[in-house]
Amino acid sequence: MAASSRAQVLRLYRALLRESQRFSGYNYRTYAIRRIRDAFRENKNVADSAKIEELLNKAKANLEVIQRQV
Amino acid sequence: MLLWRRLAALRGERAPRRLRAGGPGPGSGSGSGRTSDDSGAPRPLYMDVQATTPLDPRVLDSMLPYLTAYYGNPHSRTHAYGWESEAAMENARRQVADLIGADSREIIFTSGATESNNMAIKGVARFYKSRKKHIITTQTEHKCVLDSCRSLETEGFRVTYLPVKKNGLIDLKELEAAFQLDTSLVSVMTVNNEIGVKQPIRDIGEICRARNVFFHTDAAQAIGKIPMDVNNMKIDLMSISGHKIYGPKGVGALYVRRRPRVRLEPLQSGGGQERGLRSGTVPTPLAVGLGAACEVAQQEMEYDHKRILQLAERLVTKIMSEVPDVVMNGDREHRYPGCINLSFAYVEGESLLMALKDVALSSGSACTSASLEPSYVLRAIGTDEDLAHSSIRFGIGRFTTEEEVDYTVQKCIQHVKRLREMSPLWEMVQDGIDLKSIKWTQH
Repeated sequence: MAASSRAQVLRLYRALLRESQRFSGYNYRTYAIRRIRDAFRENKNVADSAKIEELLNKAKANLEVIQRQV
Repeated sequence: MLLWRRLAALRGERAPRRLRAGGPGPGSGSGSGRTSDDSGAPRPLYMDVQATTPLDPRVLDSMLPYLTAYYGNPHSRTHAYGWESEAAMENARRQVADLIGADSREIIFTSGATESNNMAIKGVARFYKSRKKHIITTQTEHKCVLDSCRSLETEGFRVTYLPVKKNGLIDLKELEAAFQLDTSLVSVMTVNNEIGVKQPIRDIGEICRARNVFFHTDAAQAIGKIPMDVNNMKIDLMSISGHKIYGPKGVGALYVRRRPRVRLEPLQSGGGQERGLRSGTVPTPLAVGLGAACEVAQQEMEYDHKRILQLAERLVTKIMSEVPDVVMNGDREHRYPGCINLSFAYVEGESLLMALKDVALSSGSACTSASLEPSYVLRAIGTDEDLAHSSIRFGIGRFTTEEEVDYTVQKCIQHVKRLREMSPLWEMVQDGIDLKSIKWTQH
């Protein structure tokens, strides 16, 4: 779990940024990209695996939100 | 004024395609930029968040199921459509309550802060009218509060409109002196929508609680942006607006304290929904949107506040360092940073707004923008007539970018300088003439 975690996080991060690029509204697009980058940066040192899983689930849910709207 | 501008933007006239090519303009980097209308002209930058805010994508997402598949009436008790709709509505109620530290039974959904203000003021006043006939409010309140008080005056109530100091804050001593033996309600807005000033709500709450008078606050501009706690601040009634916190338009809420119980005479009669205080079907998608907006606001409050503070300081510092004779209306410290009202001396406000045609700005509140009179809020803080006509309100929100702020600042400085070059008053000031000493008429 720990080994694939990093790859998983990076995969999610890239997917989120890629999907966010597809927002046609300037403000939504810039907000999404900025917020995603800042959120991942803020949580990069989290060690507790339960917290990491919770954050990843939140990221996945947000990815689906973006996919539904782009 | 706003209508003309909107029409012009829709027609896309006079905004050249080269708008983006001529220098730092937002969206020049990213391909499709902003969604443009038929003529290819990009839409203006949105810097008017006090008027309304765009819907947060997370809020839209939460509303979608209730606009499509789950369309039941939440008050239908006999089938799944009703049950699931009701569950969503109650969840939204809890989300709103959590944001302000209340219990979900204390939240009533309404059609917006205007209705909440009407309900709170008229409802409390009328309920206690046999023994209490006095209300206290301020001169800088939103039109709906002032108008509700005025209509109560025709019903025989007495209203004290407290003046504000030059910085926009009320004087607590004056408030204490204004209480009478039959005061039933004090209504003071938390953050002013025109000048961004933040009133000392906690202190006002203490004063009212000590005298057993109900305290209502219009928190439409404050909720979700600064921490609010109804128990900490001793608030008995609070108005909430959906479309000021990145939620949908057409929904709001009223917080009504249960301990000690605040009684209201309902404004709207009907089937007894919302504890009998506000009959009518609760619009589930809108209520869900309001709840989601509150939850998102709670999570993002710190991040947004830090960013908005930074952008606001950038805007003010840049403008004030390049352009002389600019006045910020309202207290410098006790304010919400995202609402900045600046007066540019010797420049006509409307001309500046028209010149800044690719930035959506306002010179006061949206609900008073149709009249030619300067804003009553600016008059209440003692702004001179001419400065009041020269004021512009800049709104910075969650989705505002640094590029937008820089562009706005650059255009603002450019046009203020240009308009001042053309102004005979500015010429006279440059020559050292004191404008106040001029006799404008022969007699």
